[in-house]
Amino acid sequence: MSYNMTNVLGILFANAHEESVPELAAKRTMASIPFGGRFRMVDFLLSGMSNSGMSKIGVITRANYQSLLDHIGSARPWDLARTDGGLTLLAPFGRNTSTGLFRGKLEALYSCISYIRHSDCEYTVLSDCDLVINPDFHNLVDAHIASGADITAVCHTDNYTEDETREASCFKLGEGGKVEAVAINRAMAGTRTMDLNIYVLKTSLLVSLVEDLVSLGKYSLSRDVMQAKAGDLDIRAYEFSGFYRRICDLESYYDANMALLDHNNLSKLVMSERPVYTKDRADAPAKYGFDSNVNNSLVANGCVIEGVVENSILFRGVKVGKGSVVKNAILMQDTVIGSNATVSNIITDKNVTVGDGITVSSSEKCPLYIAKGRAL
Amino acid sequence: MYNKKECVAMLLAGGQGSRLYALTKKVAKPAVPYGGKYRIIDFPLSNCVNSGIDTVGVLTQYQPLILNDYIGNGQAWNLDRIHGGVHVLPPYQTATGAQWYEGTANAIYQNLSFIDRYDPEYVVILSGDHIYKMDYSDMLRFHKEKGAECTIAVIDVPIHEASRFGIMFAHEDGAVYDFVEKPKEPKSTLASMGIYIFSYKTLKKYLTENEMDETATKDFGKNIIPALLENGEKVYAYRFDGYWKDVGTIDSLWDANMELLAVNVDLDLYDPSWRIYSNNDSAAPHIIGKDAKIQSSMVTNGCYIDGTVDTSVISGGVTIEEGALVQYSVVFPGATIKKGAVVEYAIIGEGSVVGENAHVGAAPETIENKDEWGVAVVGNDISVGDGKTVAPKEIISESI
Repeated sequence: MSYNMTNVLGILFANAHEESVPELAAKRTMASIPFGGRFRMVDFLLSGMSNSGMSKIGVITRANYQSLLDHIGSARPWDLARTDGGLTLLAPFGRNTSTGLFRGKLEALYSCISYIRHSDCEYTVLSDCDLVINPDFHNLVDAHIASGADITAVCHTDNYTEDETREASCFKLGEGGKVEAVAINRAMAGTRTMDLNIYVLKTSLLVSLVEDLVSLGKYSLSRDVMQAKAGDLDIRAYEFSGFYRRICDLESYYDANMALLDHNNLSKLVMSERPVYTKDRADAPAKYGFDSNVNNSLVANGCVIEGVVENSILFRGVKVGKGSVVKNAILMQDTVIGSNATVSNIITDKNVTVGDGITVSSSEKCPLYIAKGRAL
Repeated sequence: MYNKKECVAMLLAGGQGSRLYALTKKVAKPAVPYGGKYRIIDFPLSNCVNSGIDTVGVLTQYQPLILNDYIGNGQAWNLDRIHGGVHVLPPYQTATGAQWYEGTANAIYQNLSFIDRYDPEYVVILSGDHIYKMDYSDMLRFHKEKGAECTIAVIDVPIHEASRFGIMFAHEDGAVYDFVEKPKEPKSTLASMGIYIFSYKTLKKYLTENEMDETATKDFGKNIIPALLENGEKVYAYRFDGYWKDVGTIDSLWDANMELLAVNVDLDLYDPSWRIYSNNDSAAPHIIGKDAKIQSSMVTNGCYIDGTVDTSVISGGVTIEEGALVQYSVVFPGATIKKGAVVEYAIIGEGSVVGENAHVGAAPETIENKDEWGVAVVGNDISVGDGKTVAPKEIISESI
């Protein structure tokens, strides 16, 4: 069988899992949550797909997608502004359900079934945007074709906590990595094979599954396909062993950001041969003042730092004034910390201002979140 | 098919920049890095876009590979347009033969057909040698108000430096009555910035006449401007009083970078109303490691800093290992400073490696004979071996 990656359609679910981070997703999609100093969540999957040679990618949105539209623009930063294909934003269509919005991924796919069919791609890769990951989809599709499976599901086996499995599917694997059973949202700590919700399958199979199940009133990809069809279909697990983090609550978001302070992790995630692209902002380089003292931090362009910064992630255009101390913090784009202020264990959303001399802190295990645009 | 443009810019980017020695061995001067994430050409290109000029011809000749690659389709400067945009214009062959660009005027002359396509009223001539922010639309307004045929941007320079420049003599209202190229004993301090606005008809006429003159050096400063003055054309000087820096020498390039680190910077790169665009690869933010110490410096995306950095400009993708010291230096993109190395008062070229415990440059106060002191330079893509020394003022273009 001959194929190339331009024959693989990518579908991203921009809104999936956003209920698990209600603070960060209050006014944006999961896909447009800022991450790692200059990225947004969607950048990781989108760059991975683009770097793997995929040239047709649909991003399915449900609501709150203004920030996503703004971020993606013409999709040129990901090299997806193409004459043919490229990136297509699939806004909600709204028929077939009483609420006007899809209830699950099957209904979401059904609302753009003509886009999928007209892509003329033999295979489709489905993914959510809750992963910080840099996968090579070429290997995944190769493995899928070589195994002859109906569906190949990317997973990772690890010792997970109860919280990590609370909103996740775990596989029971049989011979040859065949998925025999799926446990959904069971909150069971221990060594588990977790479904990362990245699937590859033939487009024709996807279309028939969606049409058949939606006509029966079913809408959940994980329940009605992965779980219900685990016996009938040949579903294989594909173990992903590189660096990744899944965002399942505010704490995991915080930890995933902090994980990038380890140079090994960052270089695994943002490899020079498979860069992670994002929308550029034409910021000048970061500037460190005469009395600045910065340790163990990730700092983006456009920052101006005149104070002390430790164990922190500073997004583009953050200002830290003289005499201020920033510790264990994630300061999103254009946060301004005045002079002689002290902030620790906090996450500030975009455009937050902390005035001169103010102290804001929380305990180490639970970071305090300050909403977009607030002035303290 | 081409939309008429009121004003087209032509950017002379073919210069070798021979006084930058090792740094321009394989790179045209306009592509030399500056200020951490920029290349010199970002300034005239961004100025064009911010001034509302959307059609720019970039004339290249010397070592164009990196420059062409960098300009690409112009998207980084918002110059990928349906009508106009940025066009790289190298010398070309014709039915009657091939000709290199022989001088600044000849380079424009050879591309008159490019300008003709847009049928402009005015042409701005720029060079790719200077760091400055300037609104060319203000200068164009001045040109129109004066009814000038040619307007030359000028800046006051100290009298002892005036002999490096083309010096203008102008009346109170800006009308130029004399011009001397690099005078030995300057009598005026109005230096030409190498930025001209011409009414296109006049430019075309004088370029064509100049081309007929076989003795001419085909240069704006040496031929075109004197010819305009000789014929009594209206030539005006437009005074500019902002930051303007020629970065054509090692010392001036180093100085211009250090000036960005001053407490009160004359050139504000953080001003959102006049952004300087650049074509950057998408690197992650930089990591400041656990053992790093950093102050009075600029650091760009993609760096990994675990050493000590003081009063330096660090470009993208640079690694400074634990225990290394970089002070009063400029480090170009992708360079690596290994453990225990010391880099002071130096410029380290793109992709070069300074080995463990190597020592590049020295502080002026440690040198008795001040004549022996100067900025040390490590060229592009070479390495300084472990424990090796590069003396102050030394310029190396091969690995040691």
